[in-house]
Amino acid sequence: MRQIVIDPVTRLEGHLKVMVTVDKGVVCDAQIAGTLYRGFETILAGRDPRDAVFLTQRICGVCPADHATAAALALDVACEIEVPANGRLLRNIILGANYLQSHITHFYHLSLADYVVLPETAPFIPHYRGDFRLNQAATDKLGSHYFTALAIRRKCHELIAHFAGKMPHQAAIVAGGTSRNASPERIQAAKSLLEEIAAFINNEYEEDVRLLARAYDDYFSMGKGCGNLLTYGAFPLNDASTEMLFNSGIFLNGQVEKMDPALITEDVSHAWYAAGSEGSPDAVHTVADPAKSGAYSFVKAPRYGNAVCEVGPLARMWLSGIYTNGISAMDRIVARMLEAKVMTRSLERWLREVNPENACEAEVHIPWEANGVGMTEAARGALGHWVKINRGKIERYEAVVPTTWNASPRDKNGRMGAIESALIGLPVPDEANPLSVVRTIHSFDPCLACAVHLITPDKPLGQFIV
Amino acid sequence: MRSLDRREFLHLCGATGTALGLSQILMPDIIEAFSGPAAGHPPVVWLQGGSCSGCSVSLLNSVGPEIGEALTGVISLKFHQTLMAAAGDQAMDVLGQVRKQYAGQYYLVIEGTIPVAADGKFATLGEENGRAVPFVVRVKEMARDAKAVMAVGSCAAFGGIPAAYPNPTGSKSVGEIIRGVPLVNVPGCPTHPDWVLGTLLHLIHYGVPELDALKRPKLFYNTLIHDICERRPAFDEGHFAHRLSERGCLYKLGCKGPMTYADCPSRKFNNNVNWCVGANSPCLACVEPSFPDDSEPFFIKMKEYGPAGTATPQPHTGRITGGGN
Repeated sequence: MRQIVIDPVTRLEGHLKVMVTVDKGVVCDAQIAGTLYRGFETILAGRDPRDAVFLTQRICGVCPADHATAAALALDVACEIEVPANGRLLRNIILGANYLQSHITHFYHLSLADYVVLPETAPFIPHYRGDFRLNQAATDKLGSHYFTALAIRRKCHELIAHFAGKMPHQAAIVAGGTSRNASPERIQAAKSLLEEIAAFINNEYEEDVRLLARAYDDYFSMGKGCGNLLTYGAFPLNDASTEMLFNSGIFLNGQVEKMDPALITEDVSHAWYAAGSEGSPDAVHTVADPAKSGAYSFVKAPRYGNAVCEVGPLARMWLSGIYTNGISAMDRIVARMLEAKVMTRSLERWLREVNPENACEAEVHIPWEANGVGMTEAARGALGHWVKINRGKIERYEAVVPTTWNASPRDKNGRMGAIESALIGLPVPDEANPLSVVRTIHSFDPCLACAVHLITPDKPLGQFIV
Repeated sequence: MRSLDRREFLHLCGATGTALGLSQILMPDIIEAFSGPAAGHPPVVWLQGGSCSGCSVSLLNSVGPEIGEALTGVISLKFHQTLMAAAGDQAMDVLGQVRKQYAGQYYLVIEGTIPVAADGKFATLGEENGRAVPFVVRVKEMARDAKAVMAVGSCAAFGGIPAAYPNPTGSKSVGEIIRGVPLVNVPGCPTHPDWVLGTLLHLIHYGVPELDALKRPKLFYNTLIHDICERRPAFDEGHFAHRLSERGCLYKLGCKGPMTYADCPSRKFNNNVNWCVGANSPCLACVEPSFPDDSEPFFIKMKEYGPAGTATPQPHTGRITGGGN
């Protein structure tokens, strides 16, 4: 048995480390951990509740619109606000366009180097060697699309900036709706950007994913993990939010069920947090304890009942009935691409529906005391913000983010997190080039700035550091 | 290859007060003037500490030059966790190689804070002999042999949100950690790609640009937002918005433009598409050391500075925009 440590796992947002134990060329144990903690929840206490939108979006530079959406939804609930039509539509457009940016960035700029040898120059050298299967023509094509995709993902952000001032760290999503209404000129500019983005997604992105899926079809049976898929639902299609683009739901032990938010808890038995940091997200007080024994991660372990769940585009596509081919590393990549296609059509619809004559912002009065929960879907999966307001200030804030679900450590029952369990059984024929491990981790599109945590190395085995 | 002298470069960067920035006009000149054989591109190491990666993501939005051209034709980005192909020790070895091969020649960029509480456990990067290495150790190690250091983003430059009260991770700015090597602060939450690439190119080709008291390049951080804001006429006429979605100056809704030095109103973000105030959203003074604690509450009017009745409430420089120095 050998232990392989990859620290840092690169090409993802934030700091991630993985330790896998390999026995006879197969992964038999895995621990995954991030190596950064910032304490956002502690910082938020005592501040003006409205500031939570702009502060929490700065948890992550890749998914700021997503955090802003969750924070605004939580405040809408706490302040009992009904968001007017344009507020809803513009929020959808801002978040939806960020899905496109995020998915394109994930495939071309974070994942591709696992499957394709990019130009032999910095920052693409050095790289792992071995199992690269595409011929020169395909390699060159995908390599050139890396650069085309840089421009396309930039245009996704330009689309957002028309309505939200700038991106990353949009400026328009606020409690009560959005700060600025859409003008006909902005809508027109966004439509032409979307046309160009959609053409790339429906042609290059789709073809490139198909090419990769054919060449690496064994990855359809690798990296399954826990097998449970969870989504909170997102993108309201009417003002009452009774109809959503993605419905909430859970695929649990092979059955599709309704999702009950009351069953979501956080476990800290293996996470560096003090007692009181566990339980229901609307009641926990998160306090870091980096000296806690038995812990190996600063990521908490969210659970649904006792179940471990995977979140992300595959969960959404599965529970929407759009894609139910399977749960694997490659299925995640395919589902992400399909979702981008769905999103381009939805964005077209929302850009048509925005009528500059309608209001975008409701008046907000911060209550003396209130609770709010904002549940949505970040590009990477289920995202929830829980806020408690007391004396008109934030008393407690808790964010349970997609990568906390996916990259969670073991819980009190010893159950591994979704990524940890997805690594079990992976073949690692060459320990110096553990491509199957990084491919499977990247298939979840981890975002560690959101899911901060730490690790102390304990090393009972002969260690083989890659 | 045509040479671009410093004067022309500053002009292109918009230092002369033109509304156009790097994004609009620099690309052909930058590429022409600064391109060279791949091996000869100046080596750049980019480390991320207590960050959200937003400044990196923003850099990807660069249009002048496009980031793909910058990466392959202008600089040699040896280390950047989000972009590099290598992982694990293969990636960490790059740091050692750069220090050895390019001692005194490479440019070090730090994004994010440097947390020092709990023995640096709150941010680590890679391992040595099976033990996680605190980010602060990496920064000191890499800064020692760098030609110059850029603190990119408000977290690296001044502490930003991670260092906000009560600073649970003991987060420090780069300036509080490193000594003896030229340092330039390029704050912003996030930074504009022009600020980052413009400063980097100035460092590479003309040395340290002219800095203000907070070590920010005057090239980009020399104008009070309030003085060049498109809504300044509304302020002067007393036409204030009372709800975000109304027309008018956002001063009474918390805009911190009168205490903030940056060229956002003329440069704008995302390929000149828009900026915060353009979206009816108050300036958060995100480039100032006071961000976020003294910018908050974001939607409440800032304290007034200067004598009552003056058109421009001038900040008390030492107290409001000062701090670090």
